[in-house]
Amino acid sequence: MSELRLMKGNEVVAEAAIRCGCDAYFGYPITPQSEVMETLMELQPWETSGMVVLQAESETASINMVYGAASAGKRVMTSSSSPGISLMAEGLSYLAGAELPCLVVDVSRGGPGLGTIQPSQADYFMATKGGGHGDFHLIVLAPASVQEMHDFVFLAFDLAFKYRNPAMILADGVIGQMMEKVQLHAPLPRRTDEEIARSSGSWAVTGKRNRRRNIITSVELDPAVHEKFNQKLQAKYAAIREQEVRYEELLCSDAEYLIAAYGISARIGQKAVELLRAEGVKAGLFRPITLFPFPAKEIAARAAQLKGILCVELSAGQMVEDVRLSVGNRLPVAHFGRNGGVIHSPSEVVEAMKKMIND
Amino acid sequence: MMEEIVKPENLVYAKSKLLTDAPMHYCPGCSHGTVHKILAELIGELGIQDKSVGIAPVGCAVMLYNYLDIDWVEAAHGRAPAVATGLKRTNPNLHIFAYQGDGDLAAIGTAEIIHACNRGENITIVFINNGIYGMTGGQMAPTTLLGMKTATSPQGRKADLNGYPFKVSEMMAQLSGVSYVTRQAVHTPSAVRQTKKALKKAFEKAYAGKGTSFVEVVATCSSGWKLSPTEANRWMAENMLPFYPLGEIKDI
Repeated sequence: MSELRLMKGNEVVAEAAIRCGCDAYFGYPITPQSEVMETLMELQPWETSGMVVLQAESETASINMVYGAASAGKRVMTSSSSPGISLMAEGLSYLAGAELPCLVVDVSRGGPGLGTIQPSQADYFMATKGGGHGDFHLIVLAPASVQEMHDFVFLAFDLAFKYRNPAMILADGVIGQMMEKVQLHAPLPRRTDEEIARSSGSWAVTGKRNRRRNIITSVELDPAVHEKFNQKLQAKYAAIREQEVRYEELLCSDAEYLIAAYGISARIGQKAVELLRAEGVKAGLFRPITLFPFPAKEIAARAAQLKGILCVELSAGQMVEDVRLSVGNRLPVAHFGRNGGVIHSPSEVVEAMKKMIND
Repeated sequence: MMEEIVKPENLVYAKSKLLTDAPMHYCPGCSHGTVHKILAELIGELGIQDKSVGIAPVGCAVMLYNYLDIDWVEAAHGRAPAVATGLKRTNPNLHIFAYQGDGDLAAIGTAEIIHACNRGENITIVFINNGIYGMTGGQMAPTTLLGMKTATSPQGRKADLNGYPFKVSEMMAQLSGVSYVTRQAVHTPSAVRQTKKALKKAFEKAYAGKGTSFVEVVATCSSGWKLSPTEANRWMAENMLPFYPLGEIKDI
């Protein structure tokens, strides 16, 4: 039974976690995402679904609690914002190295350093290029609405378990704080111990019974063995690139100019496309939904018809590098973005597009 | 003659079935192997092999999962108590223990150990204290004694430069979430028996939901200390034990 409600992005993450049968949430307060844990504590899911909710002493501890619960095959998550995600970088690398599924939500804010509590999209590099030591990738989903904050909790867990890989929802302070109507999924039960044993019994630490012992680890001292393991990880990322690309196009079929943007910038970009069309510019919006895997082939497929791409991000230009790698030097690719918590207006984006066209 | 003696009824000691055949990588005289053996015996005797998950540390015992035939998780440096928390909270029917050295637990992992103990997580912490970083080549640990020479205190630890050795067990005993704290050693047969008794009590109390059990084992590092195994045992008894006295510290 689904249900329509008016909710904040952060609140809906909590609601979706319970409804998707999540086993545990471990977190540490940080603006602008503290409502995730606050909502969970209000809802007390341990009384209903049996989901564990625990406030940790730091983001370092939260991500390692996630690592512990994920080791047993549980659906487990945490959420934080940019400085907290920096602290989780070590844990993310270990989770990827031990091939553990989990969900990490980053409701990003402006940096570097303590930066600002206002929205930003400057965590793109950290989220998509690893965000920790070693060759690894998170599966990264970028919601552009409160509805997608809800839907991607389900999707992220499905992908995380499908590939035994940590998944991230990379949102921004606007998506976390704004209210929209949202269709809530009917609650799913948590998986039973028997179901976990059936689906994850080959690796999860559930107590050694009638099988070889399971070991969750990321250490391997033999270089030859460790190289093979790294190759296996790269093969997994190649499969993810092949099978899991998601994106959305708006008015792209006849477009001569594209705005490439994700998250809140895509919502602003949508308005800018409307304004540009009203002025006779054939503009379209290309919105990557998965940032890893990045829709490189899909954006490149549009290159032949285009005269230019404007990458709009709340950063000094991060995703623009992937757009340039995708289309090469076949056409001009420009960047427009505001930093430090300032949000661009649709008219600023229109002006930036006109500047690119006139240059 | 041999056939007459080698009979099951004459068996007084055997290798625990839970110890794997993997040759241990530890140096001669190292205490880790003895503590591993005790854990293997204990888990076997309690019949909890199918309900036990150990958390291995970063340090010399990083490969601990090769030696005991139970499920294992290898944690990041210092994070074992947080990993154990996540596991135990979502799997209350499992026996969860974290095995950590002094660099892991008392330096980089101080936040995690204090908060896991303060929350009273129903887990057992096995804390191996040899006053030195073994794996990285004998550097100073928080528990290094004053005057003790290490790779990073070659003139001996000085209080004005490095601060003071730190009594972790006494500190953990202050926390309300902790129900059992003891300091043991494995340098003599009687000490080995005492340590096994302490670990048994620790496992039982944690599983019964009494809060965190904390078992410190004062240990040798003959390579790091640059002593023979016999000398290391003697040095430990003469120098470590006066500062880190053995015995029960808290039992409620």
